Amino acid sequence: MSAVTVDTPDGTPSARPPSRARPSWWATPWCRALIGLGGFMLLLDVLPRLGVVDRQFVPPFGDMAAALGELASTQDFWYSLGDTLRGWGIGFAVAMVAGVVVGVLIGSVPVLREITASTIEFLRPIPSVALIPLAVLLFGTDLRATLILVIYASFWQVLVQVLSGVQDVDPVAEQTARCYGLRRLTVVRTVIWPTALPYVMTGFRLAATVALVLEITGELIIGTPGLGNRIGLAQSGGQIPTMYALVIVAGLLGAGMNAVARAAQARMLRWHPSIRRELT
Amino acid sequence: MIRVVARRVLVAVALPIILVGIWWSVTQSSTDVFWPPLSKILSSFAPTWFEGRLTSDVVPSLVRLAVGYGIAVIGGIAAGTAIGSFRMLREILEPILEFLRAVPPPVLIPVIMLFAGIGNTMKIAVIAFGCAWPVLLNTVEGVRSVDEVLRDTGRIYRLRRRTGLAKIVLPAAAPQIVAGARQALSIGIILMVISEMFAATNGLGFTTIQFQRTFAVPQMWTGILLLGIIGVVLAFLFKLVERRVLAWYLGIRQTQRKG
Repeated sequence: MSAVTVDTPDGTPSARPPSRARPSWWATPWCRALIGLGGFMLLLDVLPRLGVVDRQFVPPFGDMAAALGELASTQDFWYSLGDTLRGWGIGFAVAMVAGVVVGVLIGSVPVLREITASTIEFLRPIPSVALIPLAVLLFGTDLRATLILVIYASFWQVLVQVLSGVQDVDPVAEQTARCYGLRRLTVVRTVIWPTALPYVMTGFRLAATVALVLEITGELIIGTPGLGNRIGLAQSGGQIPTMYALVIVAGLLGAGMNAVARAAQARMLRWHPSIRRELT
Repeated sequence: MIRVVARRVLVAVALPIILVGIWWSVTQSSTDVFWPPLSKILSSFAPTWFEGRLTSDVVPSLVRLAVGYGIAVIGGIAAGTAIGSFRMLREILEPILEFLRAVPPPVLIPVIMLFAGIGNTMKIAVIAFGCAWPVLLNTVEGVRSVDEVLRDTGRIYRLRRRTGLAKIVLPAAAPQIVAGARQALSIGIILMVISEMFAATNGLGFTTIQFQRTFAVPQMWTGILLLGIIGVVLAFLFKLVERRVLAWYLGIRQTQRKG
């Protein structure tokens, strides 16, 4: 959408001449976003300096940025970031594959679906963090302890989405495929998968976020190496600006992940009407 | 009719019974310290939780969750409605909200601990802060996508702002808000548990992790079971509330699907 058409609520091009319809420079969404971000950082810097909030608890944004710069020059920080990303990546990948395979299997066999429904409904809301004591007992502060949490939490996100996706398959399409005598695997590939894909991608996005949350949780509570662990250490060691710098890194990581997941979703589904409509 | 119901019940309970049966029989003669027999776990459930810990640990945890969650839902809806109603406000705040939402909520625990120590205030603040984002952002999205015709109709009838909000905007945004509240509930349970595991003197999460540290393994297992049960029960209660609040919406959807 160009800046000219921004004013009209229904998104159709404005009939007014462009010279009048062009919003002033500060009214473009981009600019306002920058104003918001800049204002936020400025407030975060000024309020502690003026003593409105206690500097000891919330250091000025400048101090946080300085601590972030200092962190970025240490090798330890990058190792921690790598640990977090590795734990997240492994857990997420395992959950994704397991969720899709189990989901397609259960979803395309009605009997299995019926039998497992109550169990899935029951297991899904069990908070994964309840497993923390067991994970610590079995694996100590090892990478695997956190991995259990990450996989358990994100697996259900994927599975539930895949199941509703498979259920959404058009009966006529499925019966047509059966009439043509397509093999089971071909049906999965050409009928079930395309229908389920939008749901799978929703599950992908949700699972990516949940996996990051649980990865950081595991590091913070269990003490598995990674960013979460360092946040806890910085806090207990009284390095407050460093702690905030790490929190900012965690936030940027999350925001970046959201953006990547959204882009992946748009790319994988570029043939799908819901995405195509957005582009035109 | 009875046969249909009986079949349904059978299908629903078959797999759970088989799974529990497998767990029971595999661990029955288990001498592994970490995997005690299920019979032993179940028999230590009542003595562990119903002799004092119910009031000293379970209730405080649930109260903290309820208060924090309540604050988050009310605050999230209020702020979300305000932000969603004014386009300029929304555009200015959007990147900040996106960022704050992306911060994994558990890292709030050490941050809020600085201000509030390790008492009830800290836990309630952590839960409220963590739960507020899904509610807030979904409310913004819901309020923003209210049907233009509905909104204009309200304006033509010169509804007062308050009436318009209560009769048009909030009901139209309700399905989205409820979806956000559901996400927030599971985040709230996570935060309730881990804020107690991180630093606390009582509570479900604290007690369970304490059992693990003292190698009271069957008791630890009962804690895990109890947390699981609480998660399942809260999800069920949420579904009941959702069915009430969104009765009109679910009805419309059902008829649309049939038609």
